Amino acid sequence: MQEEVIIAGFGGQGIMFMGTVLAHAAMQENKSVTFFPSYGAEMRGGTANCMIIMSDEDIGSPVVARPDGIIALNQPSADKFTRRIKEKGLLIVNSSLVTGESGRDDIKKVEVQATKIAEGLGDKRVANMVALGSYIKEVKILKLETLCKSLETLLGEKKKNLVDINIKALKDGYKL
Amino acid sequence: MAKRVLMKGNIAIGEGAIKANCKAYFGYPITPQNDLTAHMSKRMVELDRVFIQSESEIAAINMVFGAALTGARAMTSSSSPGISLKQEGISYMAGCELPGVILNVQRGGPGLGNISGAQGDYFQATRGGGHGDYRTLVLAPDSVQEMYDLVQEAFDLADKYRNPVVILIDGVLGQMMEPVDLEHDVKKYKLPPKDWILDGCKTREPRSIQSLYMKEGALEEHNWKLHEKYKKMKQDIKCETQHVDDAEIVLVAFGISARVCKSAMQLARKEGIKVGLIRPITLFPFPEEEILKATEHVKKFLVVEMNLGQMVEDVKLIINSKADVHFYGRPGGGLSSQEEIVNEISRIL
Repeated sequence: MQEEVIIAGFGGQGIMFMGTVLAHAAMQENKSVTFFPSYGAEMRGGTANCMIIMSDEDIGSPVVARPDGIIALNQPSADKFTRRIKEKGLLIVNSSLVTGESGRDDIKKVEVQATKIAEGLGDKRVANMVALGSYIKEVKILKLETLCKSLETLLGEKKKNLVDINIKALKDGYKL
Repeated sequence: MAKRVLMKGNIAIGEGAIKANCKAYFGYPITPQNDLTAHMSKRMVELDRVFIQSESEIAAINMVFGAALTGARAMTSSSSPGISLKQEGISYMAGCELPGVILNVQRGGPGLGNISGAQGDYFQATRGGGHGDYRTLVLAPDSVQEMYDLVQEAFDLADKYRNPVVILIDGVLGQMMEPVDLEHDVKKYKLPPKDWILDGCKTREPRSIQSLYMKEGALEEHNWKLHEKYKKMKQDIKCETQHVDDAEIVLVAFGISARVCKSAMQLARKEGIKVGLIRPITLFPFPEEEILKATEHVKKFLVVEMNLGQMVEDVKLIINSKADVHFYGRPGGGLSSQEEIVNEISRIL
């Protein structure tokens, strides 16, 4: 079993952090995992993406050309990556910001009001975790509990105050 | 299973170097290797070791030169254009027989090129790179774990041979994260005493280290000695092989290209095409015997690189018409996919 996903959005939406949480959780569940970020010219407001592969076997190339799933937190990312999704693949969009049609009828599209839900929680920056929760529910590759633990580990002592709201966002996304 | 941590390739190089007791890191920023310089600026200071962000790449390699003279384990890192600048210093280190580790996180070239991964510096790394008829030992890991492991071996190999060791990776391997076992067993080498270092001669005869040999016949003698040393390095050749025994075609690739080839091999084998892989881990010295052995039953080879044909020349030299050698590559700015490679395999067979 191998699952390949591209996570994309604006710089500042926590794209790399989402990918890191996912990759860390996959590692904790003893899977092979690779995380490959877009790098170099990224900045707040620009676009950023990362590619994650999770597998029960050794992983070859970390570069994902035809993903099983896309998580798009903004419109430019949905526009850029939707056409790459494998047939019968999964598209998760942050429908607070992505309003256009996907133009694909051979994939599953899940619309999540990620930014709106995050604002309801008191911080729109956790929209990324709402979307990630929704992804985990659809793909069922990892346990929600593992992701919660990874969040705690990765936020560490310095950002301990952000653990609760991130976990809450993750769980809200999962419950949808 | 041992505890694993999720780590970026560039960072794994730094942590491996620290574990290998690297006492000094000298570097000048350039993407896509910057994470390492940033990481070392913090970690080396924490450990009370030396970190210097030099005024240029040339300064950094000459600082490695100076540290090596005193017997300290030292390293520098850069990406392609910065590595070009370091070549003079590397040549002097080879001439003076000084150990040191140089990391090249390759980017696209020529010139400034771009910051994506590439393998255009194979010739530069394996042919010495600077002036003079010298060689550096070249290691090409293909995973974050192997980066962590091999940088430790690199310091040992540099000391064993009193020679610069180049680690050749690329932007993709440097930037990607994978789990790393920090307690992974790493080969330890038997090292000669450092009885040549310049550490003050109060109680002994003075020593000198130089690459200038003006006396009649002295330079030739020195170069023959270096040549013998490079030949001896063959005892430390490293190479990974997969599914070569039943293969009808064997891919030959290093570094990130080998990762793509592993995916291609999986894809092809699902379609019933028997594909094998030879992955040179030391690019110099080159794993001649593994490739020669394969020619006994494999008559088709496909060399895959992220350049327009460099390692393929070494493979052709070894195979010497005993089998067909094909090439598939994309230059700086391009990245082959596993599907492209499978298509190429089908075209050849």
